[in-house]
Amino acid sequence: MMMKPRVLEVRTNILKQNDQLARQMRDDFARQGVLVCNLVSSPGSGKTELLTKTLADLHARYRVAAIVGDLATDCDAKRLATSGAPTRQIQTDGLCHLEADMVARVLSDWQLGPLDFLFIENVGNLVCPTSWDLGEDLRVLLTSVTEGEDKPLKYPTLINTADLVLVSKVDLAEAVGFDRSTLLANIQAVRPGVAVHEVSARSNVGFAAWIEYLEEQLRAKRSAASV
Amino acid sequence: MVAPGPGGDVHELSIALSLIDEAAGAARSEGYVRVMRVHARIGVLSGVVHEALQFSFQMASPGTACEDAVLEIEEVPIQVRCPVCQQVVQLPNAYRFVCPTCGTPTPEVVAGRELELVSIEVDDDEAASA
Repeated sequence: MMMKPRVLEVRTNILKQNDQLARQMRDDFARQGVLVCNLVSSPGSGKTELLTKTLADLHARYRVAAIVGDLATDCDAKRLATSGAPTRQIQTDGLCHLEADMVARVLSDWQLGPLDFLFIENVGNLVCPTSWDLGEDLRVLLTSVTEGEDKPLKYPTLINTADLVLVSKVDLAEAVGFDRSTLLANIQAVRPGVAVHEVSARSNVGFAAWIEYLEEQLRAKRSAASV
Repeated sequence: MVAPGPGGDVHELSIALSLIDEAAGAARSEGYVRVMRVHARIGVLSGVVHEALQFSFQMASPGTACEDAVLEIEEVPIQVRCPVCQQVVQLPNAYRFVCPTCGTPTPEVVAGRELELVSIEVDDDEAASA
C-alpha cells in the first residue's frame, strides 16, 4: 500500500503544558504577593545548608515555606525542617529535575496561608532543571568554591537562565586554593551582567547581603504589583 | 547512556514524553492516528543531548501514535543581540557570550533556548480510508 505523506505544521513548545501551568502559578504567586525562589546547583554545592539558615533567619520576621526536591531520601527535608519553617518534600524517584505540576500538587494540598517567601530547592543537577519553569521569580544558582572555577564554562545552559549566582562555601576558599577572579570572570562569560553574591552559610560571610537581596526583591515585586 | 535511575540524567525522557504527547495530539485533532515523522527544533542552550533525546523517543514511543515515527532534530544555534553593533549575531559556542565582531558582552539571547515541535508527517491515505 502506498503511503501519502502529509505534513502538518504544529509550531508549539514541546514543554507547553509545563509552561502554561508555570504561567498560571506565576500569576497566582503575583496575586498573593509571594516571592518565589528556585534554587539550583550541582549536588553538594550547599543549597540545603544555605536554605536552612535562610529559612531560620527569615522565619522570625516573615511568613516563609520551602519545598525540596530529592531523588530518593528525605534527608534534605529533615534538615530544612530544623529551621522551624514549614517544609514539604518532593521525592522524584530518580527524576533529575522538578516540574511545575509537582510543585503545584504539593501546594494544592498544603494549607499554608499567606506567604512572603516560598523557596523551591531543586534536585542537585547542573543541566536538567534548565528548561522547566516552576513559576519562580528568581532562579538562584549556587556554585561552591570547592567545585573549582570552570563549572560555569562546562555547564553554561543552566547558569545562563540564572537571575542570581551565589558563590557558596567561601569560608573554604583558601583551603582549596580557590581562584576568585577566574570564577567571577567565567560566570560573567556565560551570563553577562548577572548579579553575584559570595556567601558562607557556616561563617556568615555575605549572609546578611543575601537576606537583604531577598527582602529588596520582595519589596520590588510588591511595589511593582501595586502600581 | 540515559538509563533512568537514581542520579541518571533523564530530562531527555521527560522531553520525549511531552514531544510524543504534543505530536499525537496534533495528529488526533486533524483526524489522524499515526505519526510517521516528527520534526523538532532544539536550541543549543536547552541542555538537551540529541542522542539521548533520540534514544528516549525510541524507548517511549511504542504503543503511542508515534510508534515507528522518525524523529528529526534540527539544532538551533545561539543567537544574541550585540548592544553595541545592534546586530543579531551567532555565537560559535555556549561558554563565551561576547559579540564575535566587537567583543562586547551579549546578555540578550535571541535564539538557542528552543524546545519546539515544528511539524509532523502523517499518512494521508489513513484519513481517506477512515
